[in-house]
Formats: sequence, structure tokens, C-alpha cells
Amino acid sequence: MTQRGADPLMTASPQPRLLRALTILTALGFAGTLVLGLFVAGTDIQQGQVQRIFYIHMPSFFGAFTAFGATVLGGLIYLWRGSEAWDRIALAGVEVGLAFALINLLTGAIWARPIWNTWWTWDPRLTSAAVMCLTYAAYLMLRAGIENRQRRRSLMSVYGILAFVSVLLTLFIIRIVPDTIHPVIIGASPQNAQGTFEATSGVVLALMPSLILWLTLMPITLMWHRYRLALRQEAVDALKLKLLGG
Amino acid sequence: MKTPFISAVRAIVSKDLRAEWRSRELVSAMALFALLSVLVFSFALELDKRAREEAISGVLWVSLIFASLLGFNRSLSLEHDQGSLDALLLAPVSRAAIYVGKLLGNFLFTLLVALVLLPLMTALYGVHLLDSWALLTTVVGVFGFSAIGTLLATLAVQTRSREALLPIALLPVCLPFLLTAVRATKGIVSGAPQSEWQVWLQLLAAITVIYLILCLLLYRFVLEE
Repeated sequence: MTQRGADPLMTASPQPRLLRALTILTALGFAGTLVLGLFVAGTDIQQGQVQRIFYIHMPSFFGAFTAFGATVLGGLIYLWRGSEAWDRIALAGVEVGLAFALINLLTGAIWARPIWNTWWTWDPRLTSAAVMCLTYAAYLMLRAGIENRQRRRSLMSVYGILAFVSVLLTLFIIRIVPDTIHPVIIGASPQNAQGTFEATSGVVLALMPSLILWLTLMPITLMWHRYRLALRQEAVDALKLKLLGG
Repeated sequence: MKTPFISAVRAIVSKDLRAEWRSRELVSAMALFALLSVLVFSFALELDKRAREEAISGVLWVSLIFASLLGFNRSLSLEHDQGSLDALLLAPVSRAAIYVGKLLGNFLFTLLVALVLLPLMTALYGVHLLDSWALLTTVVGVFGFSAIGTLLATLAVQTRSREALLPIALLPVCLPFLLTAVRATKGIVSGAPQSEWQVWLQLLAAITVIYLILCLLLYRFVLEE
């Protein structure tokens, strides 16, 4: 049982230097944006401290957007070229994106409790954000339910592309259904929006770095780690198969 | 040589129609289910006169989508289990023709259920669902979710627990249809001016076209190789 040399887990490639650098950069960047959001940005006159959650709330949605976008890209390229690597990227996109979307919902609920006086309301945007999470949860369930690997990859590529409709719906629903109470910070807020605040220069200063971090570094770094995990899982599966067969 | 697109589609649709005509199990089960769900809703929501007008279009569409789930699942399960999908794949027909054929069959069955439901709900609840605009909304909406439903049912029959997975896969993706169709129907039923609900019907049509194109492009990847 000590065939270390033949063990694919042990021979797996070490963490690339670029990934290590990205991980450190992401962690530092996250700490930096937290400092900006928690200490540098001014306290909102009307909403008080709770407004600061916005510096996580909105960027996390866009982080999910990037990750789910990667799923679409991965799906398209997988269907076109048939390379497994892109399917792993698609899966990584779904898992990272789902985590970000849940952060988005959770922070929104925490903010809504004092501002809207409720954790949750059946507003069009909130509803479609929740449906977005369910769509990607459905992706994971479907994925687990298909045994043939080849079939699984192409079917899930298709579903990953279709599921992106829910992301676009969440993004644009307040332009389609104007009776929302969800505020819009960039551009004019809908008439009924509750809890809007002005995008002053202080808000923008704290928001922009956070937004850029969540749009790029956060999803990319996490997805890369998830990609490597998928490689390990496949190695374990291959090893199991070999042991059972031998 | 490939069979021409139109005749391949016609062959698949007429096969589905003939099978249904002989067994009569799909549409009757769907219609019965839709009726039951309408009744269950009216008990559960305790619909009074005002609530009826507010909620009726939602009840109509949710019942239709639930009923169509039964139909889509059955229609593709039959193809899958009896190996006729494999036979279709072997036949010299384009993948798009298989999709359009199955889609038209599913669409016609669901539309039939809708056409049973509309007059019945008009009679039972005293709302004006038999309006030509309401009919148009129904046709477009049913076609839209049949388009996505046919693709997802083909996907779901290849999974382990397909009966459970089709609703999970379909319902979230169906939401844009539900949203626009319910709003359009509600506007029409409540007698609001056309300018108020027209935009919903247009959106519904636009979403249907987008989904149809997406599904036409993606369907061949969903079929078993």
C-alpha cells in the first residue's frame, strides 16, 4: 500500500506560483476593501452603519455574474471543442457563483431588516435573485444525477448556458418591472425604491475597489482552486476504479 | 440523403398525434391534473370575487405549467425507454427536425389542455378568459414553455431520478414566461386598456423567440450520441 509513486494524488502538480500570488493578492485586496468600506467611507446620515454592507452586497452579485458568465463560456467552448478543462471551469463557475449569490442574498436580508423593517419581501428583484440561486442549485442536482461522464458534461454545458437567463433576468428585472422597492445606486432609482442613498464620492471610493475585486480576483482565484479540486476528485475516482478493478 | 426538414417534422408530429389518438392517456391525464390543480387552488386560496380576478391568471398559468410537466416527461420518457430516440438519431433527419417535431407535439397537447381550461375557468369563476387577446397570450406562452420544456425533458430523461428532476430544472428557467404571461393575462382579464398590458405580451413573444433560437442551437448536444 505504499506505492507513493503511482499515487495520482501525490503526483498532482504543486500549486502554481501564479495561483499562490493571486490567492495572497485576493486576501489582501479583500482586507483592503473591508478597511475602505468599514473605516474610510463616511457613515450614511439616514441609514447609519448598516449602509456599509452595500460594499459587499452589490459587488458579490457581480462576482456571481462573473462566475456564472464563466459557466456560459465554459459550456460554449466545451460544446464547441469538447475539452474537459472547460467543463471543469463551468462547474467551478456554478459553485463559486452560487456561493456569491448566497452572500448577496444574505447581506441583502441583513440590510433590509432595519431599513425595510423585514428580512425578506416578495419584490420582483428579490424573487428573481432567489430563483437564480435555485436555478444553479438545480444545476448541481442535475449534474449529480447523470452517471455517464461524457453525457454529463455536454448536458450540463447546455443547462449552464440556459441558466444564465436567470442572471440576466435579475440584472434587468427592475427595468422591466418598475414596481420594485429595491434601490438602484447607479442611475435613477425606481419611484418606489426604499432605502436609496446617494452615490457620493466617498461611496464611490469605497465601492469601486470592492466591485473590481469581486468582479475579477475573487471569482478567478476561487474558481482556480475549485478547478484544481476537480482534478484531484477525478484522480481519486480513477484511483478507486483502479483499485476496484484490480 | 437527408429527409427534408418539413417532412421529417411532419412524420414525428403525426406519429405523436397518432399514438395519442390511440391511447388517449397523455392529454386526458394532463387535463385532469390541470383541472384538479385549479380546484385545489380555489380551495386553498379561498378565492372570493375580487381575489379571483387578481389571482386567476396566476392559477391558470401555474396549473398549465404543472400539467405540461406531466406531458413533457411522459412524451420524452416514451421515446427514451422504447429506444425510438436512438432510431430517430440513426435516421437521416436533422437534429433540429427532431426537436421541432417533439416540440410541436408537446405544444399541441398542452394547448389542447389550455383550450379545455379556458372556457371552464370562464364558466366557473365568471372572468373573461375567452378574449381573443387572452387566447393569443395562451398560444404564445404555451409555445414558449413547450420550447424550453421539450429540451429540458430530453435532458432530464437521461438522469437518474428524472420525474423529480424535470420540475427542478424547468420551473426556474420557465419563470420569465410565467412572469410575462401572468401579467398579460391579468391585464386582459381585468379589462385594463391595451397600452397597459401590451408590453407584457410583446415581452412574452420576445422571450419565446430567444428561447426557441437557443433551444434549436443547443438541442443536438442534448441528444444521446
